[in-house]
Amino acid sequence: MAYEDVEQLARALLSGDRRALARAISIVEDGAPEARALIKAVYPFTGRARIIGITGSPGAGKSTLVSALARAYRREGRTVGVVAVDPSSPFTGGALLGDRIRLGGDEPDPGLFFRSLASRGHVGGLSWAAADVVDMMDAAGRQVILVETVGAGQSEVEIMGLAGTILVVTMPGAGDEIQAAKAGILEIGDIFVVNKADRDGADAVAANLEMMLDLGEGKVAVDAGHHGAGAIGPVRVAAEAVPAGPRWRPPVVKTVARDGGGVDELLNAIERHAAYLASTGAGALRRRARAAERVLAVAARILLEELKELAQRAGRLDALLAEVAGRRLDVYTAAEELIKGRAE
Amino acid sequence: MVLRRAIRVLVAKPGLDSHDRGAKVIARALRDAGMEVIYTGLHQTPAQIVEAAVQEDVDVVAVSILSGAHMTLLPKIAAGLRAEGLGDVLLLAGGIIPEEDVPALKEAGVAEVFGPGTDTAVIVGYIQDHVGKD
Repeated sequence: MAYEDVEQLARALLSGDRRALARAISIVEDGAPEARALIKAVYPFTGRARIIGITGSPGAGKSTLVSALARAYRREGRTVGVVAVDPSSPFTGGALLGDRIRLGGDEPDPGLFFRSLASRGHVGGLSWAAADVVDMMDAAGRQVILVETVGAGQSEVEIMGLAGTILVVTMPGAGDEIQAAKAGILEIGDIFVVNKADRDGADAVAANLEMMLDLGEGKVAVDAGHHGAGAIGPVRVAAEAVPAGPRWRPPVVKTVARDGGGVDELLNAIERHAAYLASTGAGALRRRARAAERVLAVAARILLEELKELAQRAGRLDALLAEVAGRRLDVYTAAEELIKGRAE
Repeated sequence: MVLRRAIRVLVAKPGLDSHDRGAKVIARALRDAGMEVIYTGLHQTPAQIVEAAVQEDVDVVAVSILSGAHMTLLPKIAAGLRAEGLGDVLLLAGGIIPEEDVPALKEAGVAEVFGPGTDTAVIVGYIQDHVGKD
């Protein structure tokens, strides 16, 4: 189905038409010429959805857990969107997007919109367009949006710039206690999930996590509106931005996603976190932090594209690169030349 | 006209058929050719396959059937795609499909049928030649 123009597509999307949503996601994912106009048209209608990020090591059962959560929210009568990211091959550019397999069910459910995204060379756990894709689902009226990261574990701080509540999923027997002790993973999670909890060692993993969280290894700046890594590096909001009142102590929830065990408890924990964000200043701070993260990342991307294009057109890029490769010019001077060339 | 950055393919296994090695071989070959491949898993209904094609906005639906139920399942999938305005999505079929059934399948909306043993390069080439063209 073709849409006459961006306005028609935007109207269809805002009315909840899922074919329009699918088309809109493709447009923003590809960074097509219409993408910016489309995002501008629908952005005022975003902000209503509950956005939940799910990250954690490969093999921990994220996809199965995401599907179990999606179905649970559907049973509660909420409409759901799922964004599941899998890695693209750095060599062929292709990708096997295998998260949809865990969806299950016998009948299609248009109330559960599942979109598989390839990372397309992006690092940080998502794809560069993931936030725009979430915006499309939000504007289309999806009440809960689940975002599943690629699954490389600790490097995936980018989800912090996107989600209101972040689930970190571990499993017994993966050496996760040691992994968790390293910086990063404990600071990301609002809720820690020990999946495959029917296996030996689940209680030990959960107890270990509880202990480390009690020791205050978790987020110190949790209420300060942490930023994600993004294109410009991690940014910390000043300490004076921390609101007064209770801190959030992340709970540890045991689940067996395969058969739905612990999912109700997980839903409760998510609700409690959402209430915490709303009733303290933390939610507002996070929204500000996410806005900063996204605006700066998009500005950086636009500038970089402009720079490359200008440099190519003026024919300077190849000459500069030859100078650098031949050690006749250093990298920083070459970069300054490029930037100066843009200003001319 | 939107310039797609990657060709997106839905590899689907409908019905009661439980043999998916062929589908997985195709999926990997398409990925190695730079395509983004969504694999549905086993035991999908035609309605589920069509819904997945809608949500994932794919260019190609590649259906693998070894159970002999192709004359029932493929026309249903083709009709479902058309009903959703996805008539220009490339519908391909593979598996155990007798030659004499191919004309009827093409009538029903299947673009091409690739039998067992088809070189994956042929399938890749076909997709690259036919996606984005009228």
